[in-house]
Amino acid sequence: MAWEPKIVAFLCNWCTYTGADLAGVSRIKSPANIRSIRIMCSGRMDPTFIVKAFALGADGVLVSGCHPGDCHYVEGNYKALRRVHLMKRLLRDLGIDPRRLRLTWVSAAEAEDWAKFTTEFTETIRELGPLQLVEGSGTLVSATAGNGN
Amino acid sequence: MAEKPKLAMYWAAACGGCEISILDIEEHLLDVDAAFDLAFFPCIADFKTKDVEAMPDKSITVCLFNGAIRNSENEYMAKLMRQKSVVLVAYGSCAAEGCIPGLANFYDKKSIFDFAYKESPSTVNPEGKVPVPRTQMPEGEIEIPEFWDTVKTLNQVVDVDYYIPGCPPQSDQAWAVIETVVDILQNGKELPPAGTVLGAGNKTCCDECPRERKEKKIKKFVRPYEIIPDPDTCLMEQGLVCCGPATRDGCGAKCVKAGIPCRGCYGVPAGVSDQGAKMVAALASVIDSEDPEEIERIIDGIVDPAGTFYRFSLAASTLRRVQLESLRPAAAASQEK
Ligand code: SF4
Ligand code: SF4
Ligand code: SF4
Ligand code: FES
Repeated sequence: MAWEPKIVAFLCNWCTYTGADLAGVSRIKSPANIRSIRIMCSGRMDPTFIVKAFALGADGVLVSGCHPGDCHYVEGNYKALRRVHLMKRLLRDLGIDPRRLRLTWVSAAEAEDWAKFTTEFTETIRELGPLQLVEGSGTLVSATAGNGN
Repeated sequence: MAEKPKLAMYWAAACGGCEISILDIEEHLLDVDAAFDLAFFPCIADFKTKDVEAMPDKSITVCLFNGAIRNSENEYMAKLMRQKSVVLVAYGSCAAEGCIPGLANFYDKKSIFDFAYKESPSTVNPEGKVPVPRTQMPEGEIEIPEFWDTVKTLNQVVDVDYYIPGCPPQSDQAWAVIETVVDILQNGKELPPAGTVLGAGNKTCCDECPRERKEKKIKKFVRPYEIIPDPDTCLMEQGLVCCGPATRDGCGAKCVKAGIPCRGCYGVPAGVSDQGAKMVAALASVIDSEDPEEIERIIDGIVDPAGTFYRFSLAASTLRRVQLESLRPAAAASQEK
């Protein structure tokens, strides 16, 4: 079977999740590569989720929330913005192409944008190829067992 | 008198600082001597591996194992000490999280050997020789341990009962743990559940830091040599990258009290799985900007993010190591040709 990009998407409940839902209801085509996870706000996206997603086999991670100024918790999306910028630096240092992480703003009405961004992102990941962690890298099992808590 | 319980301390890929932290308990060493027989402690007395191999299984009561697992000998010793000990403790950051030896996970065996044996300015090696596990000599075959691409933590090779964090653990904390163990052994009390972190707290370094936090945000990161920090306010709020929010409490906030940002040696706090990701979250809260370009400019001031955030825990982090092209299956196969 040909390889297909696996993309984990963390979507804010109030904007992008609703927008993605609208895309579905309106029968707008978007790639089947996206595994959506609903979070209350993009600011809830813990950077830990991103490394876990990559460790568990994601080839790309998408974070999407309300447009700047529109976050229902006022500034959760600005926090997400700073986290994603920092996370890209960390991924670069860890040998993971930062283009594998993307942040977008999609409102509840922007079903077309949802389809466009996810198609674009899937194509980017397709060009980058499978992530394939090298031998000696962690998996989720070791990641939770590995810290002595 | 009944036979005393046996204590061992072994070093794998370690610097020796952990042993010093035990010797630093000073006059309490007499109490340790009164409570235990030393079974194996190569740093301070002449013991040989074969002495341990000859002991019955589980004959060592407590083994403090420090150092990371970076070669085949380290792994052999980890398995041996596990087999011979009732309680195996990952003592110090190297054994618990990989620590400084674990920073080798930014590289691979080849690049480390190339630098250490060929390229470093102090090396003279015209024949370009690098160590190999087996060498034929007139007297017979000589064997040295095999060096690996990836450094592991102790619990990635054997089951670990307890963890004592720190690089090295603070001596007062080490003594407190030993005292508790002696009490448990002598009074027949129950041991804490396996996996417990001993000699440290369950919060973060910030929780024991006396510096005042005012929720001030910053526009610029600075390095420790660039400023003389105010003695009373949070170092992060003065622009220094302080790993306090992503580090377990237990050291008494030693460095931050002295004006030096916490480098993270007590490892991940309880409930946190990845120190680097936790630092990303902490720093994102302190940066004063909502503009992507300005954010980029501000974070340009963080030198070597992964090396800074994972200074002590790369080998125990979610991804454990850097993804190097040279280690990908395709690259490895073509290298062998
Ligand atoms: S934890 Fe620190 S003091 Fe202990 S062996 Fe490792 S580097 Fe040395
Ligand atoms: S960030 Fe550092 S200086 Fe600030 S409170 Fe935490 S430990 Fe103290
Ligand atoms: S302040 Fe941080 S780096 Fe310093 S001893 Fe404590 S945990 Fe370790
Ligand atoms: S509620 Fe949508 S980003 Fe905060």
